[in-house]
Amino acid sequence: MSAGRRRLALSGAVAIALLILPLVGNNYLVSVATLALFLAYAGQAWNVMMGFAGQLSLGHSLYVGLGAYASAGLFVHFGIGPWAGVWLAVAICSLAGAFIGFLAFRLRIAGVQLSLLTIAFAELARIGFDHLDWLGGPGGLFLPVSERSHVDLLAFRGPPGTYYYAILLLTAGALALCAFLLRRRPGYYWRAIREDEVAAQALGIDTFRWKMFAVVLSSAMTAVAGVFFAFYNNSLFPEQSFSFGRSIEIMLGPVIGGLGTLFGPIIGAVALVLLGDGTTELLAKTGVDLPGIRQAVHGVLLLLVTIYMPNGLWPPLARVLGFEPRRL
Amino acid sequence: MPALPYVANAVISGILTGTVYGLMALGLSAIFGVIRLVNFAHGELMTLAMYAAAAAFQGLALDPFVTMILAAVAFGALGYVLQRGFINRFIGRTEHAQMLLMIAFAIIIGNVLLLGFGPDARNVPTSYQLDSFELGPLLIDKVRAYAALAAVVATALLAAFFRLTLTGKAIRACADNPVGARVAGLPVGHLYAVTFALGAGSVAVAGCAMVQLIDVTPGLGPAYTLLAFVIVIVGGLGSMVGALLGGLVIGVSEALAGLLIAPSAKSMVSFGLLVLLLLVRPQGLMGASRR
Repeated sequence: MSAGRRRLALSGAVAIALLILPLVGNNYLVSVATLALFLAYAGQAWNVMMGFAGQLSLGHSLYVGLGAYASAGLFVHFGIGPWAGVWLAVAICSLAGAFIGFLAFRLRIAGVQLSLLTIAFAELARIGFDHLDWLGGPGGLFLPVSERSHVDLLAFRGPPGTYYYAILLLTAGALALCAFLLRRRPGYYWRAIREDEVAAQALGIDTFRWKMFAVVLSSAMTAVAGVFFAFYNNSLFPEQSFSFGRSIEIMLGPVIGGLGTLFGPIIGAVALVLLGDGTTELLAKTGVDLPGIRQAVHGVLLLLVTIYMPNGLWPPLARVLGFEPRRL
Repeated sequence: MPALPYVANAVISGILTGTVYGLMALGLSAIFGVIRLVNFAHGELMTLAMYAAAAAFQGLALDPFVTMILAAVAFGALGYVLQRGFINRFIGRTEHAQMLLMIAFAIIIGNVLLLGFGPDARNVPTSYQLDSFELGPLLIDKVRAYAALAAVVATALLAAFFRLTLTGKAIRACADNPVGARVAGLPVGHLYAVTFALGAGSVAVAGCAMVQLIDVTPGLGPAYTLLAFVIVIVGGLGSMVGALLGGLVIGVSEALAGLLIAPSAKSMVSFGLLVLLLLVRPQGLMGASRR
């Protein structure tokens, strides 16, 4: 088989496996796959900012939280479903991203200080939502849960499979969007900025404008992850929604899979879930329940990857599978 | 507006806590100033020291002020090994690669603590925990005063080391010009490891002091990492005097915000200050101007 045929066959097999998974798997498998896809999607969104444009955000939980609270607030207080709520979420998160990006890039805050600025805004939002009683405050905001036997697409309610297909669609869409952008002008400009911002500027690239585009696109994409999170989880707490731990979790997938690669966020998310939740499940089978083991496994994985595979899991895996290593 | 003695008490309490904050941030600042390493595991090291003090008190009935000395030595050794074994390989790699390495350590330490000690809060109920000194209308907690005193002593020792010893001078030479230091034949890898050891040692002392002021949980790490960064940014990255000053500023503003606004406004004030400073004066109060 030629390399092209093999790629096609492999992609087809993966696509079919993903499509029939809820039909053959049990609820646990579907929930684990949903989690992996959620991390893959959010990671893809984060990757636009850091992987493509080289701007390290450690505060992406801000956009997950804002998106989740925006859509959940509309649903709880006005009965407006997620199809309208997602636009509000995207609008709010784009504005927040644009605001932070504008401040940072106009005042030339970069590197560590940019990362700290993103953390600080996420923390400020956490404290702010703790005091926002209209959205539940520290006690949490709960979405009314209805019977889950039938699919109600309008209110985005249904059996676990509904959420699985929704996040699968989102992940595929994000992958297609990123693949498209990488081959067009934004992709080349972003990578030029990532590798050497001064050189990019010297070539006439309006670096401020393209960095802003990366931040706004990344935050808008993450907003949709927040909406999904709200309607999948049905409960929101500022302590969790805006936590530093969530920002780290979003970042782990692309870092482990391969920064700036298209398939890195997906491979990384799968590795995180397989090893993290796999270990937890294995221990649970033997009757041991250790809180923290999942994250500890994530930490060890991150440590090993940063030391031994600085480009992530995907580039070597791509070579083995016959894909072009897309380290762009 | 609360009566004046309350405000005065809050300010004094803030200064004393701020001294401990300052020592914690000093470790971060030294590590950044010399190795140019952004230590995202700083808060986790602090939490680890707090647990060490709590465990030593519970198991061996050791006073945290005794544990402090042992912990400083143990953390120094740990820091030396971490720097020599792992972090030195990352010198010359990109800034974010170094940050990711430290984040990996942070995740591991935080969750190993959760695995080992469980999620419940721990404290160190010493016999003098609730005592206080009375100075007229002022009330000063004994533990807070002792903690601040220990922090001052540790800071003074650290400053003396950097100013007076040959190794300290060599480390400052590395900070000024790593390439020049290498050319002059200084063992840069070893000196970096000594610096990280000193940073970890000061965090150990700060942790043993802090565990008497606040209960410890495994998830405390990120908050302290951020707090240390806020302090160091306020004072100016890499400036040791700045770290101490930043600690005092944050300590007092937290205490005043807790008294005048609401206890939960404490961290709001420090993060707000961080944003403001990053935007207005990113080099910090004491840092040299970059432009």
